[in-house]
Amino acid sequence: MLTRAANDDDRRRTTEFERLNFMVPITTFHYLVVAAALFVLGVIGVLTRRNVVIVLMSIELILNAVNLNLVAFSRMWGNLHGQTFAVFIVVDAAAEAAVGLGILIAFFRNKETINVDEIDLLKW
Amino acid sequence: MNSVVNTGAAPVATPFFFYFLAGAAIVSGLLVITRRNAVHSALSLIVTLLSVAGLYLMLYAPFVAGVQIIVYAGGIMVLFLFVIMLVNIERSAKDRQFNRIWPVGLAAACALLSLFVSAFVKGRNLFPDRLVALQESSNTQQIAAMLYGEAGRMGPYTFAFEIASLLLLVAILGAVIMTKKKI
Repeated sequence: MLTRAANDDDRRRTTEFERLNFMVPITTFHYLVVAAALFVLGVIGVLTRRNVVIVLMSIELILNAVNLNLVAFSRMWGNLHGQTFAVFIVVDAAAEAAVGLGILIAFFRNKETINVDEIDLLKW
Repeated sequence: MNSVVNTGAAPVATPFFFYFLAGAAIVSGLLVITRRNAVHSALSLIVTLLSVAGLYLMLYAPFVAGVQIIVYAGGIMVLFLFVIMLVNIERSAKDRQFNRIWPVGLAAACALLSLFVSAFVKGRNLFPDRLVALQESSNTQQIAAMLYGEAGRMGPYTFAFEIASLLLLVAILGAVIMTKKKI
């Protein structure tokens, strides 16, 4: 931790870290990369997993990635519109999880399974 | 780093915390989509959510971080765990874990990943490198002014806030009706 009372030794170590490109200031771009990674993980989960519960959890991962983007941009522009929108997305995620899990319970009651492959009641 | 705004305050957290939280979020996100047991996935998702809440704190967003912990880790994940307990996970844990078209899905996700990578490599300089330090002590108050308005005026999101309450009402009704025994 860098304190204001950093002595010369600490300062020299900091420049070494900067040369190692490790202590670069964390910019918006870093957060965007993390959010993109979480988003791709969520997409992989949605497209490949068979368990509906885990598919819904992957959707939560995707929503979290979007939220992280919004908050990072909120800091970049220095206003709070992004954070307010992130709160709305949390509301959406809660509604989506409640309805999705309700559908899952209804489906499990009818077919005794929670596999995506076997959800084909609407298929003609 | 052409226009780094330094407000004079001591840094809240070092880059080490960023890399630590980002690594924790991504590793536990990977665990979410690979675990066989849904309970393990849910617990890994809680770790991801808490790490993202830490990232929000690093971004000067303490209210969103609190909402993340209370609503996500406290509410939604309890809902998930309840449903996991209700449905029969032992059968699906023994079953095949990936669906029939998983190579197609993985290819599509890889296409998306390459799209992200190319966009980030080409557009690296599109994002300004500035770091604005938002006021942390009145963060909740300012978000409240956005949502409810202040000094008798409506805020920019007051109408959206009311619509969100309607959305939650519809979601409650939908969840209750879906889980009734006879629809």
